[in-house]
Parts: sequence; C-alpha cells; structure tokens
Amino acid sequence: MSVKSSWPLWEVFVRGKRGLNHVHVGSLHAPDAEMALRNARDLYTRRNEGVSIWVVPADAITASSPDEKDPFFAPSGDKVYRHPTFYAIPEDVPHL
Amino acid sequence: MTGEREADTLERDFQHTVDADQRIEPRDWMPDGYRRTLVRQIAQHAHSEIIGMQPEGNWITRAPSLRRKAILLAKVQDEAGHGLYLYAATETLGAAREDLTQKLLVGKQKYSSIFNYPTLTFADVGVIGWLVDGAAICNQVPLCRTSYGPYARAMIRICKEESFHQRQGYELLMTMMGGTDEQRAMVQDAVNRWWWPSLMMFGPPDDASPNTEQSMRWRIKRHTNDELRQKFVDMTVPQAEKLGVTLPDPELRWNAERGHYDFGAPDWDEFWQVVKGNGPCNAQRVAHRNRAHEEGAWVREAAAAYAEKRARGLDRLAQQQLATGGVA
Ligand SMILES: [Fe+2]
Ligand SMILES: [Fe+2]
Repeated sequence: MSVKSSWPLWEVFVRGKRGLNHVHVGSLHAPDAEMALRNARDLYTRRNEGVSIWVVPADAITASSPDEKDPFFAPSGDKVYRHPTFYAIPEDVPHL
Repeated sequence: MTGEREADTLERDFQHTVDADQRIEPRDWMPDGYRRTLVRQIAQHAHSEIIGMQPEGNWITRAPSLRRKAILLAKVQDEAGHGLYLYAATETLGAAREDLTQKLLVGKQKYSSIFNYPTLTFADVGVIGWLVDGAAICNQVPLCRTSYGPYARAMIRICKEESFHQRQGYELLMTMMGGTDEQRAMVQDAVNRWWWPSLMMFGPPDDASPNTEQSMRWRIKRHTNDELRQKFVDMTVPQAEKLGVTLPDPELRWNAERGHYDFGAPDWDEFWQVVKGNGPCNAQRVAHRNRAHEEGAWVREAAAAYAEKRARGLDRLAQQQLATGGVA
C-alpha cells in the first residue's frame, strides 16, 4: 500500500454573514488551495454557516507565544488610560 | 535542580488553568500524559464517527422514500464531518493524520463497539438515530466544556448537528409505529437489539474504569461513565413510553427515593468480547474501511499529482515574467 506524501494542512476561516469578520473554524487537508476551498465548503458550511471562506496554508501562519504572562502583551497591560472607564465624569453630564 | 523546579511550576500553572475552568490551547505547555490521553481519546472518537457511517450507510440505497434517503445521506455525511473535525483537533496536539488513519486500518486503535453490531432492518436506522445518537449526545454535551480548547470547539459543532440525527430517528420510529403491526414489531425488535449495546456506549462501570479519575482531574472528562449512563436512561424511558415500545429490561423501574430509574446491568462479558474484536461485525467493518481506503488511493494520488503539476506551471510562469520584466 503506497501512502503518497500527504496533502498539506490548511486553516479555514469563515465569514458567517455579511458584516462579520472571518473567524477561524478549524483545519483540513487538501492538495491545493482550490480543493481546500471545496473541502472547506463541504466540511464547515453544510448548513449555511458561511457566505465567504478563506483557506490559508497552516505553515504560513506566524503566531505569538501562547503564554498569558508573555511580555509581548505587556505594553497594553499598564495603559488603563486607553479605556473610557479611566475617566471620572459627573453623572449629570449628558451624552458622554 | 532548576529544571525540576521549572517543570513543577509548569505543571502547577497548567493545573491552575484547568481548575479555573480555562481552556488549554495547542501551544500551551501540557503534561505528556494529558497530551497522550487526549490524542488516544479524540482519535478513538474520530474513528468511531468514520466507522459509524457503515451501519447506516448500509441502508442508503434501500431507503423507502426519497425523503428518507436524502435525510440518511445528510446524516451519514455529517458523521464523516464529525470524524474530520476530530482528526483536525488531534493534529493540533502533534498527531499526524496518516498515522491515525493507518492505526485504524491495521486495528491498532479502536472505535466505539456499538458499530460492531449489524443493521438488520430499516427500523435500525431509526433506533440508531434515537438511541445511539442519543447516547452519543449524552456523552458529548459535557465534552463541549472539556479542558482542551480545540476538542471542546469540535464538540460544540458536533452537538449542534447531533440534534438533527436524534430527531430524524425518533420521527422515523413514530412513523413506523403509526403503521402496520409488522412495522411496529420491526421497531420493537430493533429496540430489543440496540438497547443494551447503547448502554454499553458509556464504557465500563466506574469501578472498572481506572483512568476516569485522572481524566476528571484534568477535566477532559466531566462526569463518570455511570453518571452518564443513568442520565441517558432517565432521559430515554419517557421517550420510549411516548413511542409505545418496551425497553428490554425487567429491572427497569422508577425509584422515587433516588429520583432516578433503576435498571439492570448490561452483559459486560459481551462488551469485553466485542472490544476484543469478537463482535458480530468487527472484521467486516475494518475490512470495509480498508477497501474504501485502497479504492480511493488513485483519487488522492491524482489530486496530488495535479496540484504538483500546477504549482510547477505557476513557478515557470512567474520566472518567465521575471525574465521579461513583464506583468501579465
Ligand atoms: Fe457524530
Ligand atoms: Fe450522529
């Protein structure tokens, strides 16, 4: 039995409906991008779950380290003034 | 011994995340045993979905109407999808898809024993949807909150689709129960054959299930086998009454004190026999999977060759454009 070199892995992103972002839904194997799209349609949108699909070769994705205490995210950790709740405004000021 | 201390910290952080009911994601540190247990469990689950297509697939060409045929096709196609969602989840743990496929083909990894029973009449299609998918739902709903993120997300997709599976089965049975005496007898016969194997789907009793405790600590599992079995019985008895069939267990009765149904013990010797490969259809299921795999080889090879050829063609085109400085 010859197991030919396996098809590459693709990550699949689906836009659920107009106005929404594409969201990662899973992965699949396919020989090329076109087949990856077809397989993604059959696998991830059997019940109208999407209006648009992206497929991306899994090895083309660069990811940050998964550690929650990663210093990579530190720059946003101490900037509470980026949030509206940082500012005390009297209750009787309207529309703010 | 900084290495050891570091490993301790990693393990503590991991358990802390799990205890806080947060999800573990693919690139997080995790104990080897956790990874091994997940790969084994998810692969076995994926194999069950794939082999699970066979008993019902057996009836697609002989469905009694176009409506039933379309429904059955859609259901069997869903099961293939479930298998693929789950294989994708194992790959986030570093497993290789071909390796898992190979292990199924040579019988080195198992699938749920329920699929080693034959489907003798069309009523079996209804009973599988009602009882087998029903038991699967009972098992799978808590897994939507399992600690490993990709597994939990796959289970959420699967559970959404399973509800159609169970309802189409029950509806099919209601239709048959409204038919002739012969059809009603067919339903009862199918219930008699599938009831005990369905109860066995939850696995051996808790005192014979040594891995449960660790799996619960890792929150891979959220309930014990016996808890889930009880839940399934409690849910199913009123459905059986409404349908007008008798569940083949003389010990089955309501226990007001416990607030649950009491029920008899499945034949665990039979269970272990089927697990060991001596069920009525074990050999047939694996042989069929092997045949399908071999007969599909030329498709896989042709698609790979076509993709390779096209990639080469695109390369050449790009080189020509570079050489001439032109953009097509
Ligand atoms: Fe399924
Ligand atoms: Fe199902």
